[in-house]
Amino acid sequence: MTTDRPTYDVAVVGAGPAGLAAAVGAAEAGLDVVLIDAGRLPGGQYWRHDEHAAPPRHHHGRLFTRLSARLRHQRRLGRLHYLPGHQVWLIDRLRPDSGPFTLRLNGPYDTAPVERDRVRARALVLCCGAYDRQLPLPGWELPGVMAAGGVQALLKGQRAVAGSRAVVAGTGPFLLPVATGLARAGVRVLAVCEANPAHGWLRHLDGAVRAPAKSAEAVRYAALMARHRIPYRTRATVTEILGEDRVRGVRIDGGEVLEADLVALGWGFTPALELPLMVGADTRRDLDGSLVAAVDARQRTTVPDVLAAGETTGVGGAALAVAEGRLAALSLAAAQGLPVDPRAVRRLRTAIRHGRAFAAALHRTYPVPDGWTDRLTERTVVCRCEEVTYGELCHARTELGAEDPRTMKLLARTGMGWCQGRICGFAVAAVTASLTGRPATAEDLRPLAARPFAAPVTLGELAELGEEP
Amino acid sequence: MHQELPRTADLVVIGAGVVGAAAAWFATLAGLRVVVVDRGGIAGGTSGAGEGNVLVSDKEPGPELELARYSRQVWGEDLGPYGERWEFERKGGLVVASTPAALGALRTLAERQRARGVVVREVSGAGLPALEPRLTHEAAGGALYPQDAQVQPMLAAAQLLRLARQRGAVVRTRTEVVGFLRRRGGRRTGAAPATGGDVGGRPVVTGVRTPHGTVSAPAVLNAAGTWAGAVAELAGVGLPVLPRRGFVLVTEPLPPATVRHKVYAADYVDAVASSDAELQASPVVEGTGGGTVLIGSTRERVGFDRRPSPAAVRALARGAIGLFPILASVRAMRVYAGFRPYCPDHLPVIGPDPRAPGLWHACGHEGAGIGLAAGTGKLIAQALTGEATDLDLAPFAPERFEEGGWCG
Repeated sequence: MTTDRPTYDVAVVGAGPAGLAAAVGAAEAGLDVVLIDAGRLPGGQYWRHDEHAAPPRHHHGRLFTRLSARLRHQRRLGRLHYLPGHQVWLIDRLRPDSGPFTLRLNGPYDTAPVERDRVRARALVLCCGAYDRQLPLPGWELPGVMAAGGVQALLKGQRAVAGSRAVVAGTGPFLLPVATGLARAGVRVLAVCEANPAHGWLRHLDGAVRAPAKSAEAVRYAALMARHRIPYRTRATVTEILGEDRVRGVRIDGGEVLEADLVALGWGFTPALELPLMVGADTRRDLDGSLVAAVDARQRTTVPDVLAAGETTGVGGAALAVAEGRLAALSLAAAQGLPVDPRAVRRLRTAIRHGRAFAAALHRTYPVPDGWTDRLTERTVVCRCEEVTYGELCHARTELGAEDPRTMKLLARTGMGWCQGRICGFAVAAVTASLTGRPATAEDLRPLAARPFAAPVTLGELAELGEEP
Repeated sequence: MHQELPRTADLVVIGAGVVGAAAAWFATLAGLRVVVVDRGGIAGGTSGAGEGNVLVSDKEPGPELELARYSRQVWGEDLGPYGERWEFERKGGLVVASTPAALGALRTLAERQRARGVVVREVSGAGLPALEPRLTHEAAGGALYPQDAQVQPMLAAAQLLRLARQRGAVVRTRTEVVGFLRRRGGRRTGAAPATGGDVGGRPVVTGVRTPHGTVSAPAVLNAAGTWAGAVAELAGVGLPVLPRRGFVLVTEPLPPATVRHKVYAADYVDAVASSDAELQASPVVEGTGGGTVLIGSTRERVGFDRRPSPAAVRALARGAIGLFPILASVRAMRVYAGFRPYCPDHLPVIGPDPRAPGLWHACGHEGAGIGLAAGTGKLIAQALTGEATDLDLAPFAPERFEEGGWCG
């Protein structure tokens, strides 16, 4: 039975950069920690690797190596319980604003049974990461078209990807590691198509902010792009993907065609907000248009005892995520009356301020371009799970009176299928807004991001839900 | 962004759910100029969280069964030509009894329903697999109700409003009624529909106020679903419509015909009729066109709390697995909560309100609002235009909850 299980001081959800930093920091500060992660290995999407590969040697790789070592150390000391291969599908609490949380866990589909089907904790740090933001365009549902993050995950996890001639397109600096990663795996990369002008992002930074690690990274990728002879084209947008049964090429800016059998599309990332919304935390629309959890200067959400760090609070990369995770750990420790070095808190706050300013500069430099919905045709699929076309959304708008994404969902079935709107949510909000002649708001995004179960769960598991929360 | 509201109408309908939509359609068809207003979107409240039940099987003989039979007929005949638009499906209901005692009770109920014109066929335990191959082998027997049907409720509301719009009705969403236009009673105006009785002294409702303007109309229909009590209050009359929370669980898509009918356990009828505040749960399982299986139903009186309740979700899962054991390994994709608008006597409120002449109600249908909408809409249109109604509206009178019945 489960009643004799301990109540942890804190449950950290996600073992990416933010979650690792938060869990290790909290354990080192003296808290009793459980770290829950869907992956088999720590690192999350950002530090994804396979078991046999040495961790990368660059700056972030060393950060990861050090955090991993501290994770092992805290586990040996018995202060940190690590549950890999566990995902949280439900969080409940006796009363909305107080008392311990119960997190219901299961394994990713088709994996071994989990060690724990629930844990209880007095506080939460939600570090749930982000997934690829995807924008529909004609032909994007063809086999051979992948999200840039998905391509990267395949390269990191299995070091293989199907395709021999690739085009990488979208916006943002993430296109570069995807392109160079493909080239290293032996794929010929015909072009990186960056939709934005993409120069002078330094203009968006105020003078006080420096980001040496990021600059070094940019230089490194530029060198790799040159070595692999990958053309980098700015203000270039893939407007159509060509092919019948699978991708055979892309059309750029309505004209030129490049023949390719693999297309990686990246429009940035959007945070996974199921858990923050499930516990009732306030959310807001970030600079990049994504819904994010609102946190204060101590990483606290608007729900007592719930903190958030990393991409959950706004997409900003690994270094920022680590700083936020650390600060969350110190906030929790301070709240428990444990000694916390005020200088460490100040340093982290400064790092976070700089990191956020840098992220804001990137968001301003690499926005999702206005007017992308103009490229959709009647027959362009918007929701892939339910095969809902742009034409059907237009019909729901003009004939059936759908004016918001929730009504779209009920009348046109967008987001009703397997992914529950994770893939099409951002796009449906944007399409609905453009069809009603107004900008998308946080209110549009929220119902698309909220999910009663954060992960699939069988009816058999639901039938076993315990009596006490 | 807001289009202008018409200044006048023959009928203002408050609520763009399926009941308001059906009333708008039939009133438009009868020649009335109709304006529909809703503070939210189309079918965004009670209708959007329904299952789409059009059932006669779950009603005890009485006024609600009469309304259900009538409404089923309206769905099939008056609205039959449009059925595809809202995925009308004559799938039939199969009520399953787990024990011989439950089967006995089911047979008795079926007999009484049959006497009221309900088509029902008894099914032996051995006959169940032919109807539902995946059903538990433990069942004692059941009853098949071929008249039970299903619609997609959001589409029903949206398409009925679309039909009404095509005939001239005006629909304005995000337009909340914040008050009523009223004048002191004391004289009857020729324009007012027959509200019956003496209106002397009582304030007469002559339209609605919204943030986007006012609409004058001799009749205003309160079809605000679970929020109908608050609307009535704006007109100064009490209406005891309260929320009863229900959850529906949705599975991953399954192969076609995994679940063929609307299948529910015989104790569902008791749960529907129950007035207990605590959680009532009895399984209702049905397939949809998209392959997902919908699992209802729980009923709880907990106010407007939408958070998924572990107890309710567990009850739904257990009940469904009890009927269809193969569902144990099937994954749930989501669960949604809705608020069924119920009245203390579990009957809807349909007709003019003599306490506030000019105000009409079509609300309080509890969990049967989708099924009862078509009939309700047609009856309202008949009454509004002074026709004899196909059914006697007396059991559904708005003033029936008043102590002393001074307007009865």
